[in-house]
Amino acid sequence: MNIVETKDVNFYYGDFHALKGVSLDVVKNSVTAFIGPSGCGKSTFLRLLNRMNDLIPDMKLTGKCLINGKDIYDKRVDVDELRKKVGMVFQKPNPFPKTIFENIAYGLRVNGIKDKEFIRNRVEESLKGAALWEEVKDKLSRSAYDLSGGQQQRLCIARALAVKPDILLMDEPASALDPISTSKIEELIFTLKAEYTIVIVTHNMQQAARVSDSTGFFMLGELIEFSETRKMFLNPSKEQTQNYITGRFG
Amino acid sequence: MDKAMRHFEKELIALKGEINGMWQLVLSQLQKCKQAYVTNNIELAREVIIREKSVNSFELDIDKGCENFIALFTPVAMDLRLIISMIKISTTLERIADFADGIARHVVDDDNVASETMKEDLKIEAMFDIVISMLSDSFVALETENSKLSGTILQKDDDVDTIYEEGKRYLADYILKDPEKGECILNTFLTLRKIERIGDHCCNIVEEIVFYIDAKVLKHSKGRRSEQKIENNEPEEPK
Repeated sequence: MNIVETKDVNFYYGDFHALKGVSLDVVKNSVTAFIGPSGCGKSTFLRLLNRMNDLIPDMKLTGKCLINGKDIYDKRVDVDELRKKVGMVFQKPNPFPKTIFENIAYGLRVNGIKDKEFIRNRVEESLKGAALWEEVKDKLSRSAYDLSGGQQQRLCIARALAVKPDILLMDEPASALDPISTSKIEELIFTLKAEYTIVIVTHNMQQAARVSDSTGFFMLGELIEFSETRKMFLNPSKEQTQNYITGRFG
Repeated sequence: MDKAMRHFEKELIALKGEINGMWQLVLSQLQKCKQAYVTNNIELAREVIIREKSVNSFELDIDKGCENFIALFTPVAMDLRLIISMIKISTTLERIADFADGIARHVVDDDNVASETMKEDLKIEAMFDIVISMLSDSFVALETENSKLSGTILQKDDDVDTIYEEGKRYLADYILKDPEKGECILNTFLTLRKIERIGDHCCNIVEEIVFYIDAKVLKHSKGRRSEQKIENNEPEEPK
């Protein structure tokens, strides 16, 4: 079942045509990775999925972008509600200057939840979901800044999970982390897909190969190829994809 | 870190499971082929021929699994050596199964006209037993990642070669004495030759296991092979 469907999406930053007729579907409870050289449009496309590009001046979008069958760019859509359903984790861990507990609880409180028991349970559940609970359960009142970079990133993932999203967008979530922390994030991505749909942008092709079910290759704003990851890395259909993943690009 | 490796390791364990399954099948093919040849059991020989297709399927599945693993996980060091070894071992196992199929076909086609006395003189049953134990021991070596067993297995191939050379001389003498039995002798020689080749293939498997475990290349070097025989001659567990 497709949770995301985009049809002929074009996106412009002023005169710059950043995405050119992108159409793709994302299957529910799968991991989809986007790869491609810098400036190819993969992050732009990712950010379209929870309307993070709305604040960019002179942006223009054409085409359809549906989540759960609904056009997320419809005027009646509440963007805050959309972002609850479509969470995002960024390249650099960005915890709030608060305690570990409050980092998770904050999102629940701003959504009007006051029940302390409920919040406590959800914090624990989210930290467990992000494979961080065992490491922080005895120091929930410590500052989030006391955590390592890898732990901070998993805290950000826990924060995104706390509001029970359907989709988790990840923009190069491990590029600022060491190999061990990267492995933990990758394994987490693999396990999270049982409950969530994950869309990840990565510069690391091996990471895309390791964690994703489907991969899209972008170049100069075009979606060159979108296929099952095994196929993409074993026998890509397009010569451009072959050249990129084998390092012959450019 | 342990948790982080789970997905990668699960895939590797699944691949090892495939190769173990293939190994057990080929071992059983070889045992049945021996039984069919020694007792002239045509039904059993037919069973070996039918099951050959399953061995081929295993080889294709393992090839595909290894290709996917390399493409998706870019293995390095010991994991890379294991994948390379698995590709080669599965090809070798398939060839061993081909020989078992070939011997079974001799039985079915009634080419197997060697008398009981000739079979005994040629020590064919003993030869079968040695190559079966080589294949079985090499499975244990991979399962337990114990390259110390390699010397013993390589040593056994010398015994197979000795029986083969003696058999060749016996058949050469026989054909001189009774030229009318030329076809029978030729078919018996082909069987003898196939068993001898199975022994060689078991040695190739051992070389791959040593490459995987110790990163040592024994291939195409009699000197290194001899050293391996001397240095890694772990006595067999009493049965």
